[in-house]
Amino acid sequence: MAATPKPEELQQIDYTPPEKEWMEVPPSFKPGTWCYAGKPQILEYLGLPNPRKWSPADEDWKFPDNWKNTILEGIRERLLKFRSFHLFMDICVRCGACADKCHFYLGSGDPKNMPVLRAELLRSIYRREFTLTGKIFKKMAGGRELTEEVIKEWFSYFYQCTECRRCSVFCPYGIDTAEITMMGRELLHLIGMNTNWILEPAANCYRMGNHLGIQPHAFKDSLLGLVEDIEMETGIKVDPSFNRKGAEILFITPSADVFAMPAIFTMMGYMMLFHHLDLDVTFSTYASEGGNFGLFTSHEMQKRLNYKMYAEAKRLGVKWILGGECGHMWRVIHQYMGTHWDGCDELEVPVSPVTGTRFEHAKFTKMIHICEFTADLIKNNKLKLNPKRNDPYRVTFHDSCNPARGMGFFEEPRYVIENVANNFFEMPENTIREQTFCCGAGTGLNTDEFMEMRMRGGYPRASALKYVAGKHDVNLMATICAIDKATLDALVKYWIPEVEIGGVHELVGNALEMEGQNDRETNLRGEPLPVEPSESPPAAEGGEAGAEGGEA
Amino acid sequence: MEITGILKERKKDVLDRWFQEVADTYPGETPRFLRNKADRFANPLGHAVRQGLEGLLNGLLSGAGDDELAPHLDEIVRIRAVQEFSPSEAVRFVFQLKGIVREEHGGRSGEALADELSEMETRIDRLALLAFDNYMSCRERLFEIRVKELKDTISVQARNTWRPAAGEAGSETFQKRNDRRGKDEAR
Ligand code: SF4
Ligand code: SF4
Repeated sequence: MAATPKPEELQQIDYTPPEKEWMEVPPSFKPGTWCYAGKPQILEYLGLPNPRKWSPADEDWKFPDNWKNTILEGIRERLLKFRSFHLFMDICVRCGACADKCHFYLGSGDPKNMPVLRAELLRSIYRREFTLTGKIFKKMAGGRELTEEVIKEWFSYFYQCTECRRCSVFCPYGIDTAEITMMGRELLHLIGMNTNWILEPAANCYRMGNHLGIQPHAFKDSLLGLVEDIEMETGIKVDPSFNRKGAEILFITPSADVFAMPAIFTMMGYMMLFHHLDLDVTFSTYASEGGNFGLFTSHEMQKRLNYKMYAEAKRLGVKWILGGECGHMWRVIHQYMGTHWDGCDELEVPVSPVTGTRFEHAKFTKMIHICEFTADLIKNNKLKLNPKRNDPYRVTFHDSCNPARGMGFFEEPRYVIENVANNFFEMPENTIREQTFCCGAGTGLNTDEFMEMRMRGGYPRASALKYVAGKHDVNLMATICAIDKATLDALVKYWIPEVEIGGVHELVGNALEMEGQNDRETNLRGEPLPVEPSESPPAAEGGEAGAEGGEA
Repeated sequence: MEITGILKERKKDVLDRWFQEVADTYPGETPRFLRNKADRFANPLGHAVRQGLEGLLNGLLSGAGDDELAPHLDEIVRIRAVQEFSPSEAVRFVFQLKGIVREEHGGRSGEALADELSEMETRIDRLALLAFDNYMSCRERLFEIRVKELKDTISVQARNTWRPAAGEAGSETFQKRNDRRGKDEAR
């Protein structure tokens, strides 16, 4: 019989992670850290290769014949097509400035989530196959052979990147790892390695007009449900129109604003604003989605979904498009649309019918952000606002990666918040604006089976939020992206449950004074308000905005 | 109690060692990063681990009760519960303190010391049990959130399916009870 081990010996399980070269550490596929594979019927619908049933947890991923060639040809084609990609493959000096800037690295401690290593996953293949030194010196030159293991690693780590661009802010060469991830995902699509949470919404959007595949009548019905809710809260019956030809403006927002919590409160805010201004605006049940999951699929898919909005604008004969609180819709419009096509000549440069402001910067896109539109209204004293109705909230603002780093949109939402709420507090400087931390679930990673990884990726954001919640009793984090609204809601429930998530136009809706309104005893969530009903509304400027400067 | 005195005196060293052992459970360059990056928002993980361990050590040395220890424990366990660790790896950091305490008591011996040491170890064991509870509650929370997210998607859609037409019997009550109003149960 074996001797009983001593207590010290029993404690000697070696938990120290192996000191291996990163290339030799295989990815783990622990449940909660990968997304379900694309369903075959969805791939077929989108015309994507290698439709089949498979799971990342399987040993056999059912690679197509000749997959290696397909990938190498795919790399070659993209090196020729995208100069930036070629440059990013060549110029990294491995200085490490980006290494500790990724929220997935900060939340997981996994070195392969350092942006420089994420890029290296692809660069090592590039070096070996496309550079002379790599061909001759192989591993010594940082190259490696393309194997099934490499593809599995790509799948794991290119879907642990939210393409948020935070790392690129710190790179002295301006290398944008987000674009390397995009290339990585495009290559994976070529051999059918993809996730259903991205492809199904893309397919739905292409076919039905929105991510959930909601049919026109159901879309309309949902908004009419919100009409009833608004009436109950304010006593005013707003009257949205649908697919109305000849309207001046087409309004497009993420479908989550119509269907998902807590984004529907933001939708109520938009509808109240439109009604109050008597804006000549219409919703479309065909272009019923701002979100563009094509951005996470391929340039071609992105283009298809973006173009659909303009096709509908032309069909309806509107003058310009007003866009809601969305993330990647704006990224596509600002960063990529100009590379797809020459723009829509049938539309006009947006002019606010209320203030007369001409939004010259949007002369190519013909589309402005609802926060720009509202900020302009406030600036021109066109709204009566009672910020007291937001007094129960102590608000902070989360800069969503896409409007922040994809279009430099920092001031407008803050200006609006400061005019509709009295208690506004910034999170620490190195976690907001261009340095904002991602929600951890952008680029189509906001699916429930990925929850564990989402909690890791969102941890740096949660940590900064916890700080202001502790210091200033912040209890609401406002944001202008529908994915954020949904995923941050899950994030705070895990890390800091005393905080709720809301939208900027939800706060606008709460504060807006509308002609003929009732006593407004509740906010848009139906929660009772402390404001005495008899109190007369303050001046149009909307009270003193009590913003406190950034904490560092 | 002699051992507490010694550990209080050597608190900084004990803490540094404990922190290092926790940091070393992460691969590659990460331990170095966790140790060296000072800004708490640029290194939230390192900051939380250090804060948590310090709170725990202070608590153990001052004989704090479970309630006082719990938030410090949670600061670390909540993170490790969603990282690439098995359950035992996630809570093992509590046991690591035992080895450090044994080595840090300055080579003194004797029956009194042995008794004190065993008392301290019992406290650490108790902390380990708390850590296990904490770990489980974090995992349960994670799955509750996952289920709730799924249910929310369904209920927002179902809400329309079952909405009575305005003016129809029950429409008022229905609205009052509709799901957006229900205070979030998972909170
Ligand atoms: S900061 Fe830029 S050059 Fe430096 S390692 Fe990162 S990607 Fe390479
Ligand atoms: S783009 Fe964002 S998620 Fe991707 S590597 Fe850079 S910081 Fe990380």
